[in-house]
Amino acid sequence: MSILKHRETLLVAVIAALLALIASRFPGFVTPRNLAAVFTDTAPLMILALGQMAVILTRCIDLSVAANLALTGMTVALLNTVAPDLPVVVTLVLAIGLGAVMGAVNGILVWKLEIPSIVVTLGTMTIFRGIIFLISDGQWVNAHEMSAGFTGFPRIEILGLPVLAWIAILAIAVMALVMSRTVLGRAIFAAGSNPHAAAYTGIDVGRTQFAAFVISGALAGLTGYLWIARYAVAYVDIAGGFELDVVAACVIGGISIAGGVGTVAGAVLGALFLGVIKNALPVVDVSPFWQLAISGAAILIAVAFNARAGRRQGRVILKSAEQAA
Amino acid sequence: MKHFAKLLAGAAALGLMAGTASADDMRIALVVKALGIGFFEAAAKGAEEAAGELGDVEIIYTGPTDTTAEGQIEVINSLIAQRVDAIAISANDTDALVPTLKKAMQRGITVISWDSGVAPEGRQMHLNPSSNPLIGNMIIKLAADNLPEGGDVAVLSATTTSTNQNIWIDEMKKVMGDYPGINLVATVYGDDLADKSYREAQGLMQSYPDLDAIIAPTSVGIVAAAQAVADAGKVGEVNVTGLGLPSEMAGAIESGASKSFAIWNPIDLGYAATMIAYNLAKGEAEAEPGAAIGMGRLGEVTLDDTNSGAMADPFVYDSSNIDEFKSIF
Repeated sequence: MSILKHRETLLVAVIAALLALIASRFPGFVTPRNLAAVFTDTAPLMILALGQMAVILTRCIDLSVAANLALTGMTVALLNTVAPDLPVVVTLVLAIGLGAVMGAVNGILVWKLEIPSIVVTLGTMTIFRGIIFLISDGQWVNAHEMSAGFTGFPRIEILGLPVLAWIAILAIAVMALVMSRTVLGRAIFAAGSNPHAAAYTGIDVGRTQFAAFVISGALAGLTGYLWIARYAVAYVDIAGGFELDVVAACVIGGISIAGGVGTVAGAVLGALFLGVIKNALPVVDVSPFWQLAISGAAILIAVAFNARAGRRQGRVILKSAEQAA
Repeated sequence: MKHFAKLLAGAAALGLMAGTASADDMRIALVVKALGIGFFEAAAKGAEEAAGELGDVEIIYTGPTDTTAEGQIEVINSLIAQRVDAIAISANDTDALVPTLKKAMQRGITVISWDSGVAPEGRQMHLNPSSNPLIGNMIIKLAADNLPEGGDVAVLSATTTSTNQNIWIDEMKKVMGDYPGINLVATVYGDDLADKSYREAQGLMQSYPDLDAIIAPTSVGIVAAAQAVADAGKVGEVNVTGLGLPSEMAGAIESGASKSFAIWNPIDLGYAATMIAYNLAKGEAEAEPGAAIGMGRLGEVTLDDTNSGAMADPFVYDSSNIDEFKSIF
């Protein structure tokens, strides 16, 4: 457990060092106002990373999150053009519900048909994007077609932070509770770290994976609405390739692709790390030709570090699990 | 579906024959990518305007029900059977239509392409909505027109490797000398992703607090930049301009984040295509490299080595005309 803690403190240190480095070139970046803006900008990535974390912990992967986000976003945007007076609460519930249904489709295929999750979600990813094309006819839904309440909700400021950031904080709090204080949370860890042992203790591994996919889907659906409202535009390719950022955030955050190892704090810090880089690159005057290379290198270094630390962690986790049992 | 489309094309042909006004009228067919698209409906409006000016012209506005080359081939075949005088087409495929259009030309029908071209052997000339130098000049002009005292501008492009974006930006840099006092402070790339473009626009406003305008010659970028400016509370300080579609930019014009932007005018395009087809079919002009063909109120188009020409400057949209065009395309 102490090494796990160490991992998160390390990430905090890296992010702090990164901020210091950026501040030396562009002091305005570390003002509280701007840091709040960076946190808000990273909110969608954090929410998605939380869902992805649950899935990865069960030894699966969800590549369909960005497509799920886009389909949910397009659906609520189209709905908004038809029924502009629909309360935002209804939109939120619909978005979460729709996302959860899409997550459940992934989950059922993984659980009942036992198809490897990478294949399932690669397939559903393409299907979801296809459905967006079908329902939108390839057309955009534009800012002036959306109601002011629809696009304004994530921007409402409460105590200096926009609602978008508060929703991310709420999601973090709920997921932290679920992972550490509920039967489901413990089952997710157990199913990932040792499926056979988990089965012997009465945990249905497939069903746990299904639950993880539903969580991931629901959070993706929620992000779908937030994303569309934030950028005030919906089209087929929205958030294209974003699933890779989400997986990268998890991996940087120390969540083991082999399952069973990872924390909510890790996923959040991993997302923040990427968010800081994404927001800093445009202001520190780095040639755009280098930006991609820098982003990639940062991910690779973090992952390489992760792999080294991950090996030691695995043994410690098992020991502590034995002691606990 | 095939049969249905055929039936539909047949029915359309019958209807058109019945509607023929008089035998002497020149019949010009405006063939579009698909029926029911706002952009092309507007082009048809322009064609009717040209017909009204010319007097002895009947416009046949037609196209397939979906954007396929096969559908257009059927439509063209039925037009050949009707012995129209000219076909002006926005093609769904550069090469697939060539044999059918060649057949039309062999029967003495004037064939031109507009908007989306066909290969040179399949048409007499092609009308581009604009040209790279005209676009490059327009995007900097849009920014400069709102900055009489000069100021700092930045470009938000798509990807670093996007060919047309790079050409337009290069053309823009060539004419920067014509706009004294306007400084280009940075060129950033939003990769045509809404979130990255938004972030890049935010970065520009932070790095250059005195920034006066963001020029985004890409439809995703211009919308994202306008949203970023509105969210940063910099409406009125930073003007977002460039190339965008009226339907997508209506919100930005309304919020004031964008004062004006440009893109082709589909009405002018349909008008010009009709005028050119008329002049070629009448024999008043010859489609050959270097030739100048009249386009009525839009002046003349000069053809290059591939027999293609540029219609005009991109058309400027602002608060005065956005409402008229936002429902069109």
